[in-house]
Amino acid sequence: MSTIFGSSIGRKLLMSLSGLFLVTFLIIHLSINLLLLVPDGGQMFNVAANFMAMPLIKYGLQPVLALGFIVHIVYAAIITLQNNKARGSAKYASGNNTKDVMWASKNMFVLGLTVTAFLIVHLVDYWIPLQITHGAESITIDGVQMHNAYALVNAAFSEAWRVALYVVGSLGLTIHLTHGFWSAFQTLGLSNSIWRCRWTVAGIAFAWIVGLGFAAIAILQFAFFQ
Amino acid sequence: MENNISLTLKVWRQNGPKEKGRFETYKLETVSTDSSFLEMMDILNEQLINDGKEPVAFDHDCREGICGMCSLYINGRPHGPDDDVTTCQLHMRKFKNGETITIEPWRSAGFPVIKDLIVNRNAFDTIIASGGYTSISTGGVPDANAIPISKIDADEAMDAASCIGCGACVATCKNGSAMLFVSAKVSHLALLPQGQVEAARRAKNMVAKMDELGFGNCTNTGACEVECPKGVSISNIARLNREFLKAKLAD
Repeated sequence: MSTIFGSSIGRKLLMSLSGLFLVTFLIIHLSINLLLLVPDGGQMFNVAANFMAMPLIKYGLQPVLALGFIVHIVYAAIITLQNNKARGSAKYASGNNTKDVMWASKNMFVLGLTVTAFLIVHLVDYWIPLQITHGAESITIDGVQMHNAYALVNAAFSEAWRVALYVVGSLGLTIHLTHGFWSAFQTLGLSNSIWRCRWTVAGIAFAWIVGLGFAAIAILQFAFFQ
Repeated sequence: MENNISLTLKVWRQNGPKEKGRFETYKLETVSTDSSFLEMMDILNEQLINDGKEPVAFDHDCREGICGMCSLYINGRPHGPDDDVTTCQLHMRKFKNGETITIEPWRSAGFPVIKDLIVNRNAFDTIIASGGYTSISTGGVPDANAIPISKIDADEAMDAASCIGCGACVATCKNGSAMLFVSAKVSHLALLPQGQVEAARRAKNMVAKMDELGFGNCTNTGACEVECPKGVSISNIARLNREFLKAKLAD
């Protein structure tokens, strides 16, 4: 066990497990964001956002989530550096003409960077005012005082450039997932010639549902909820 | 019907492992489209020798696609533009008249250039020596079919065993990873009863050796199986991951 994470497959195992963990986070995140489309002035969304700020979640689950992100990003950097070294300094003058290789699979690090940029904007725009500085305005729903997270999101999505940025970030995430999802199962060894097709199809479907889901919410907010 | 084409070749020349290499351009006027790529290289070398120049060094041996000795990165692909063949089985009919062909050695930190187009692939032998074998008791010849093996397993083991260790997978991999090679070698033994005794040790030792020799981390791009002249599938990589993780968890 001691050396498992020192091996190439061990490092990939960490990428796989942290990646799948982040996938579950995406599912929860998208589910809550869908509440933005309930035409109740943001009441349900605010209740859900307030629930996610409960001490147990804030101090119990958030550090685990942060760890998931950190492991995934740090190991992505380590693996990319090692792989560049293994590729060697001499490049092919005739380039690479290998067909049938998914573009996403060769650009996971770059795609990951777009997702990271997206993540940082998110933290600054929402997480800090809602959970750290508590600079966001308050609202009382059913006698409970809470932050009006909906107003924050709604205001952000009133600006076209933010919506455009959000859509680009969502697409980056989508393309990242089209390779990342099946790849996670391949790394775990839960794949063969039959399951590879199944994981790939499931992964592509999942990626587009998540990506288009996030993007559509932003666009609908911009178009119909202002 | 014989057809001749003329070609411009851009060939990597490098005098030794530490020397700086460069491309040299050669013209070949009459090359039969029926000749193989290596025969075309022979024609080039004959021309160079007749001109009093040093011939191009390249690896080759059986010239029938089973030894894994020939290499060459041709126009952006290991073993050239044809699918599922080695360079020795590549024919000049795959090229057009007047075409410029770029010929390079395998490039990867794990495969340093020795001279011109020849690279050092000893790393693969070192990986095999670390576990790619089975220990057997000597004695009388065992009965045929004494150990029943399912058709499915036998087929999959045979497919994995068809790896000839040429190194095209490493040459094409953007990560310089040797996972397809190692997974093929681990798989064909892991699928058979004879390979079970040393299965855990084999997976651990061969992966450790692969990492130690500076090959990269597999990121499942699948370029290796596209370029493999024997069509070895990356489902073998999933099996290697399984075997390795199982062995490590059992420790």
